[in-house]
Amino acid sequence: MSAALQNLVNQPYKHGFVTNIESDIAPKGLNEDIIRLISSKKNEPEWLLTFRLEAYRRWLNMVEPVWQNVKYPKIDFQNISYYSAPKPKKKLASMDEVDPELLRTFEKLGIPMHERAALAGVAVDVIFDSVSVATTYKEKLAEVGIIFCSISEAVQRYPELIRQYLGTVVPPGDNYYAALNSAVFTDGSFCFIPKGVKCPMDLSTYFRINTEESGQFERTLIVAEEGASVSYLEGCTAPRFDTNQLHAAVVELIALDDADIKYSTVQNWYAGDENGIGGIYNFVTKRGLAKGRNSRISWTQVETGSAITWKYPSCILRGENSVGEFYSVAVTNHHQQADTGTKMIHIGPNTRSTIVSKGISAGQSNSSYRGLVRITPTARNARNYSQCDSMLIGSQCGAHTFPYIQVQNNSAQVEHEASTSKIGEDQLFYFAQRGIDAEEAVSMIINGFCKEVFQQLPLEFAVEATKLLSFKLEGSVG
Amino acid sequence: MINANSKILLEVHDLHATVSGTEILKGVDITVRSGEIHAIMGLNGSGKSTFAKVLAGHPSYEVTRGTLLFDGQDLSALAPEERARAGIFLAFQYPVEIPGVANNQFLRLAYNTVQGQRGEEELDPLEFDDFVREKMKLLKMNPDFLDRSVNEGFSGGEKKRNEILQMALLEPRLALLDETDSGLDIDALRIVANGVNQLSNKDNALILVTHYQRLLDYIAPDYVHVMEAGRIIRTSGKELALALETHGYDWIHTDEQVTETRP
Repeated sequence: MSAALQNLVNQPYKHGFVTNIESDIAPKGLNEDIIRLISSKKNEPEWLLTFRLEAYRRWLNMVEPVWQNVKYPKIDFQNISYYSAPKPKKKLASMDEVDPELLRTFEKLGIPMHERAALAGVAVDVIFDSVSVATTYKEKLAEVGIIFCSISEAVQRYPELIRQYLGTVVPPGDNYYAALNSAVFTDGSFCFIPKGVKCPMDLSTYFRINTEESGQFERTLIVAEEGASVSYLEGCTAPRFDTNQLHAAVVELIALDDADIKYSTVQNWYAGDENGIGGIYNFVTKRGLAKGRNSRISWTQVETGSAITWKYPSCILRGENSVGEFYSVAVTNHHQQADTGTKMIHIGPNTRSTIVSKGISAGQSNSSYRGLVRITPTARNARNYSQCDSMLIGSQCGAHTFPYIQVQNNSAQVEHEASTSKIGEDQLFYFAQRGIDAEEAVSMIINGFCKEVFQQLPLEFAVEATKLLSFKLEGSVG
Repeated sequence: MINANSKILLEVHDLHATVSGTEILKGVDITVRSGEIHAIMGLNGSGKSTFAKVLAGHPSYEVTRGTLLFDGQDLSALAPEERARAGIFLAFQYPVEIPGVANNQFLRLAYNTVQGQRGEEELDPLEFDDFVREKMKLLKMNPDFLDRSVNEGFSGGEKKRNEILQMALLEPRLALLDETDSGLDIDALRIVANGVNQLSNKDNALILVTHYQRLLDYIAPDYVHVMEAGRIIRTSGKELALALETHGYDWIHTDEQVTETRP
């Protein structure tokens, strides 16, 4: 291992600071009273409380899954605070009224909101420890009938829509962490694109976990009606703490006939230090339902952070001719672990799916791709193409691929390709001999490796992702 | 071309180097002035490729003794990329493949890095494209190579040409050609040698590392050195290479008179 490379990877986490804002924190522990507290704090209708309690009761009877290829000590669910909201001084009408301390946090994160939002034409719905603080561009979007707000606000203002769609793609009893989320989710985003509307800008949410030992359980729901289309961006960071924090979100996407939803994530939660102390457990359920004919759901994710990333953004291709896509880059370094991939469930005829997964492991980390392609009996002429590439940096990391393919219709065409490569000392020496230092070399190799995925990201995000990756892997080669 | 008054580019004295604890170079001495072409010959395992890699600063090799001066500057203090920027170029014996990185991107980054170091103008992708295509003509390379990944799927000969293309772009002051002739058919050898000759001038120097005389038919060396067991054991003119070709390397030990008598 060359020393120069070591230094590169071992740069400290840039977003590791705590904002001193008085938080309104629920006592630790989970029981029906806590759930009632959350529900009443949020002034929710009775049916939502029932939804939560039923989910909780199911959760009590479920067992934590153990099949994943990641290891962590047992989580004490009674040692988590399930509600933490920054105490607002008063109702906020505009960005100017947002707590300056909070705004400074965003500055440190490198997202000066108004400018960034205005310049980039991105509407940012800011989630700060589960409560949406401000939503920009809302009015502009409202002109074309788009609803983009926090899910709490949506529960108050559009209860019928929420009731109609919430839990229809990821039912409360879907899995252990989805059940937990359904019981205790505190906020998240809601996005509704009405019939025939193409969303004129990329919608973006910036998630951030601030309180130590608070779990973050957001819930995101995006509905695109007939012929609608939207591109949604999600970015995540968290300050550094020595303890692990659980992040168990649920994201549901619904695309009706001819609708198109593109969901992009750049995830940079705190990954723990170089010895594997601290970091986020990112256990998330993301699923899209391509319900209508010719609908399309596309997931793009760049996962660089978290101590553990464990998620499978999936597509249920129910509509005829519907399309599902999954483009992923997962980077692990030091002691990070990732078990991620997708599920493509083909139900409708002529459904097509594409999976491109790029795993990069450095340090002592472990990265797994796990994916399911299921062609059900009704899915005539379904097609899938999967490509899973792994890259190893150094000799102490691991990469694994677990493809599951289930075909129940013999007109299906399913392709799977996989490769493993390694950045070696000889490649770096070759670059060096042409005057290019290790940092630039790694960045160039990695960007080449991830090109097909980065091409899927909106331009702004692609630039950010490229930088993030180089930063993340600095010094890891040798 | 030998000119006793030209500047000393490389001065190596009593160079010892090890790889994984095994000593490969055991006291190499060589002086190279600008304008000169040197050939280092020797059997496999004699240390000639190691010598080239040590000059370029390969991290697997450790210099344990001796001095290594390039243009009066102590090389051992410089990282490989700094040596490259200072003007040392190694054409690799086995150029590595770099999947996913387009050749033109790689070439441009290398070119601009070295240009930047020299305080000269960097080229944008369009300007560079014109520039590199000109250089490719010199080596009769198909422009398709620009869009392919660096060395990926290149034949042995294509890889070697790509090395010399890089030499043409970076215009090094000292170029080390490590077995550039191996794996080349006679036509490719002629093209590559012709390219190298056109790049050679009074301000730069070349060190050719080779087994065979064959390359030296096309690129005429001023000096031929024979390396054995990590040291240069004989230095002479071009005729030494011919003698080795005729008699084999053992001949050096059996009859030292012959070189004097050959034309």
